[in-house]
Parts: sequence; structure tokens; C-alpha cells
Amino acid sequence: MSKVSDTMAWIDERIPLTATWNKHVGQYYAPKNFNFWYYFGSLALLVLVIQIVTGIFLTMNYKPDGDLAFKSVEYIMRDVNWGWLIRYMHSTGASMFFVVVYLHMMRAIMYGSYKKPRELLWIFGMLIYLVLMAEAFMGYLLPWGQMSYWGAQVIISLFGAIPFVGDAITLWLRGDYVVSDATLNRFFALHVIAMPLVLVGLVFVHIIALHEVGSNNPDGNDIKKVKGADGKPLDGIPFHPYYTVKDLVGVVVFLIIFFAIVFFAPEMGGYFLEHANYIPADPLKTPEHIAPVWYFTPFYAILRAMPDKLLGVMAMFAAIAVLFFLPWIDRNPVRSIRYRSAAYKFILAAFVIAFIVLGYYGMQPVTPMGTIISRLCAFIYFGFFVALFVISKNEKTKPVPERVTY
Amino acid sequence: MKKLIHSISAVPLLAATLLAVLPQTGITAGGGAELEHFTPVRTDRALQRGARTFVNYCQGCHTAEYQRYSRLAADIGISEIDMSANMIFTTDTEGKPTKVGSLMTNNMSSDYAKKAFGVVPPNLALVSRSRGVDWLYTYMKSFYLDESRPLGANNTVYPNVGMPHVLADLQGWHKPVYEDDGAGHSVLKGFQQVTAGTLSPDEYDSTISDLVSFLDYLGDPNREARHSLGIKVMLFLLLFLVLAILLKKEYWKDIPHN
Repeated sequence: MSKVSDTMAWIDERIPLTATWNKHVGQYYAPKNFNFWYYFGSLALLVLVIQIVTGIFLTMNYKPDGDLAFKSVEYIMRDVNWGWLIRYMHSTGASMFFVVVYLHMMRAIMYGSYKKPRELLWIFGMLIYLVLMAEAFMGYLLPWGQMSYWGAQVIISLFGAIPFVGDAITLWLRGDYVVSDATLNRFFALHVIAMPLVLVGLVFVHIIALHEVGSNNPDGNDIKKVKGADGKPLDGIPFHPYYTVKDLVGVVVFLIIFFAIVFFAPEMGGYFLEHANYIPADPLKTPEHIAPVWYFTPFYAILRAMPDKLLGVMAMFAAIAVLFFLPWIDRNPVRSIRYRSAAYKFILAAFVIAFIVLGYYGMQPVTPMGTIISRLCAFIYFGFFVALFVISKNEKTKPVPERVTY
Repeated sequence: MKKLIHSISAVPLLAATLLAVLPQTGITAGGGAELEHFTPVRTDRALQRGARTFVNYCQGCHTAEYQRYSRLAADIGISEIDMSANMIFTTDTEGKPTKVGSLMTNNMSSDYAKKAFGVVPPNLALVSRSRGVDWLYTYMKSFYLDESRPLGANNTVYPNVGMPHVLADLQGWHKPVYEDDGAGHSVLKGFQQVTAGTLSPDEYDSTISDLVSFLDYLGDPNREARHSLGIKVMLFLLLFLVLAILLKKEYWKDIPHN
């Protein structure tokens, strides 16, 4: 035996290194027909790593203090070597995280990846999405600009709409009667330690759950049902090297887009870094127009579309909560959109369009027309789940092939 | 493979289209006057002239904290000695001339500023990012004589602004000319010169152009470094992409495409 295999054997007697590698990478059989939509899982992992690494370096120079926070960010941008690069990577990473996560979720919905036996996989994914939103929201307060401050003020005050305990909850969240230094410090602690820990833990469980049940594919059939003489799925290929080299292509394409933004349009026209956030937080001066960053705006539009504050808050949270129940709302066993009815395709298209339109109106100042359109789109958003529940019961589907197609 | 390349090439295209289609998010304009489009210049000469106007006319009241003199000297191509001798007019807490490595602050106390103007004049280091250069350029050209205001000046871009017309000596005094738009609203048509300044209108425009270019630099001093590094990173990644695609093709040769 060579030195290397000796060493490996020595390690394997103590921890299951080779077995783990084989289970999750080397002998993990994935369907061979993954398409464009299957890049975003690995890309989300890449962005998570980018955020953690750049975040560590930002933390070295950032000061979580009401008087110093804004200045310390400008210090990073101007005086810290490569500080601007690190900070723009982190700010661009935040938005790109949501881009890849939304596309990843879209993939799961289109190909029915949440259906039996992947219900828990979907729920862990939803929890990741939820924690990611909390992480992004708290991180956005840290630069301590006007939009950071007033955005946090608006979102926290939403909890005030809860009957009886609302005010107590907002006070507890802020640690003060307004967003203040105390709020900034706790958000910093949660943003750099608590949320990332939970996030990494959930991502771990998400991947374990995935590898337990195996990956879905664009045809939505089960590759484990058709096995060759060697007991390996005929339509499956080992994740490594096939998907590691394929995902590498996706990674490079992603990095081209990512760094094009970082180097040439880090503000992304005000969508990734809002203009008003270049003014230090001022508790005495409310900006004319407060808008959350683009990835929250669909839910913000639902909130504003409701005529009553409590109703709005409930609708906003319901819009996210309802996604958790998707595996049970969709009662059709056929997974992939390829073999589902025209009615299903229609309601899904309407849902996606409504979500994007809501995202647009969530950024705009309130107008009577905008409110009417937001209400219509909020109706379509929730209507999708109702329609799906009804349609999926007795849906006319096409036969799902045994083997994968392309 | 063709499909893969096809879907990959769609991504940047999609991103570009998305960015082009989306409306630019609002920069808080206030006022409501039409803004003139302005493209900042980033030559050493323009920035030096802009810096001169800034330290002589603006920095008495405004600061550019976050920005260091030494960094400015290096970026606009003058020596730290020349910077100290010609562009630093302030003193530190011990009364000695401000050191070149310091931030660009001023010597006006906030108490005094509040008494004089009602508010502390804002730090201008990031004003080009919060307001935008079009706003700044138009604003600096839109002061007019208004006896009703405490400091004798008003502005069509920022009505009832607390700031006096600091560059009145250079520009002279203006009065706005309004015109009826036919629907009962009077709209700003332009300005009429009341008294002449030391500069001709063209010279004043070029002074403002340099000043706003300088403010644009203050807001984003790394832009040039960012762009030049960005091009190198893009070239590297494109080369990497070719290799990654070839590697993928090589491995996937043995996967039957039923």
C-alpha cells in the first residue's frame, strides 16, 4: 500500500472520511438531465461562503455604534486596503443571494421538488429563506444610513399592529423606544453570529435531507426505480466528477455577473445600494419615500395593499407562511410542470407575474393606481394556492416517462 | 452542450435587459425643477480646479469628512507639500495647521453654524451619491435673488434652501423667468442676469462643471481603480470560462445522451 492509502485507512478507522465523501459526492448519484435551473443550489452555497468570508473582514473594521457606524463604513470604503472591494462584494452578495434563492425556489416549484418524499427538504429550504430574510434585514441596518434606519423603524413598527402585546414586542425588539444604538448593537450581534450559525446549520440539514431522498429532476420521475445490473440508477451519474465540473461552469458564469456588478455597477442604479443610504441616519428627519431593498418589496407591496395595518401585517406574514404548506396544497402526485395541465401552467405563470409586479410596486411611492394593481396581484398571489389546491385534486396530466428525457 | 451554452449566454443578457428595462430608482430631488444632465469629468486638471473651488468657497461651512487631504493629493496629481501649502486653510485643536493626513474637516462649530444658518451645513463627501450629479449641477446654477429670504438668495431646485449664494461674486445675480404653460401653471423658463459677476456665463458653467466633477470624485474616489481592476477580472474569468466549458465537455463525453 502507498503512503496515501495508508494514511486514508488510518483516518477511516477513526472517522468515516471516505464513506462520507462517497455518500455525498463521489458515489452520490444525481439524475443526468439537470438543466439551467439546477445551478442555483451550488451557487447559493457559493454566495453563502462569499458572504461569510467578506463579512469576517468587514467585522474587523466596522464599529457597531450609533456615532461611529456610518463613519466606519466610509473608513472601510476609503482607508482600508481593498475595503471597497470587500464591502461591495458583501453588498452585492446580499442581493445576489436572493436572486439565486428565488431562482432555486422557482425550480423547486416548477419541477415539484417539494412533493413526497421531499417535504422536509422543502421545509428546511423555507426555513433557510426565512432566516436569510432576517439576516438581510438586520445586516441592512448596520451601515446606519437613512434607509437603514427608517427601513428598520418601519418594519419593526409592523409588530406594533399585533393586538395587546404589539407595543411590548416592538420595545423588546428594539431595546429602546425608537431604533437606536441599542438596536444597532443587538442587530450586529444577531447578524454576525446568531443568524449565520442558524443558517449554516439549516444548510447542512437541507443537504443531508437532499442526499437521503436523492435529487429530483426536470422530468420529476424517480431515477432509483430503474437500476442497472450494478445496482446504480441507469439515469444517474456520480455527482463528482460530472456535476462538480458542470457546476464549475455555472460558478464562473455567476462570478462574471457578480463581479461585473461589483466593479462596474455596485449600486445597481439604486437597487442594491439605495441612494438615501448615503446620508447618515437621522432620527429627526424622515425620508420622503421609504422603500425596502428589492428582495423584500413583493411582501411590502402586499402589506401596503391591505386597507388595514393589522390585516396588512397578517397578509404579509401569510404570504410567506403559505409557502411552507405547498407540499400539501398541491395534491397532484405528478411533479414536473412538463406533464401537468394547461390550467396549472396558467396559474403558475400568473403567480410569477403577480410576484414580479408586486416587487415593482413595493418600490414605488403609493399611488391610487399602484394600490389597485397591488391588490389585484396580492389576490392572484393567494389565489394561486387556492386554485392549486382545487386544480391539483383531479388534474388531467400527461404520462410521466420511466426514464429521464432532456 | 449547445443547450447549456445557450442557457448560459442567456443569463448576462437577461441581467442586462432587466437593468435596462427597470426604471432608475428615485434620487430625492425635492423642488421639482427640471434637472440638467451632467457627465462628470475625471481628469487631474478638472479635479484640481474643482478642489480649488471647494476648499476656497465650500469648505468654510461644509466638511468633506471621510476624505483625507493626502489621498486627494495623490488622486488629483499634486504633491502633499503643495496640498499643505495651497489647499489646507484650517487648523487643528492646538491651533497648528491641519496635517495633510487628516480628514477634510473645517473650523466652524456646529453651534455657530446653527446660529448662522439654522442647520449645520451637511458633510459633502457623499452628496454626489445621495443627490446625484445632475441635481448638484443644476442646483449650483439655480440660485436667484430673493429679498424675502434671510440670506437674500433662493433656489429653484431646492426652494427656501438655508444656503446663501456663495458663488454670487463669480456668477453675479439672477432672477428666474416664469412662463404660463397654458394650463394655468407657471413654469420656469430660465434665468435673467440682474448684475454681472466676475465670470462670464460660460466660465461660470465650467467652474460648476469642475466643482461637481470634484464632488463626484469625493463620493466615489475608487471608481477608476475599480473599473481598471474590473476589466482584468473579467478577462481572467472569460478565459477561465472557456477552460471550464472544455473541462466539462471532456468529462461529459462518456455520458450517453439518450
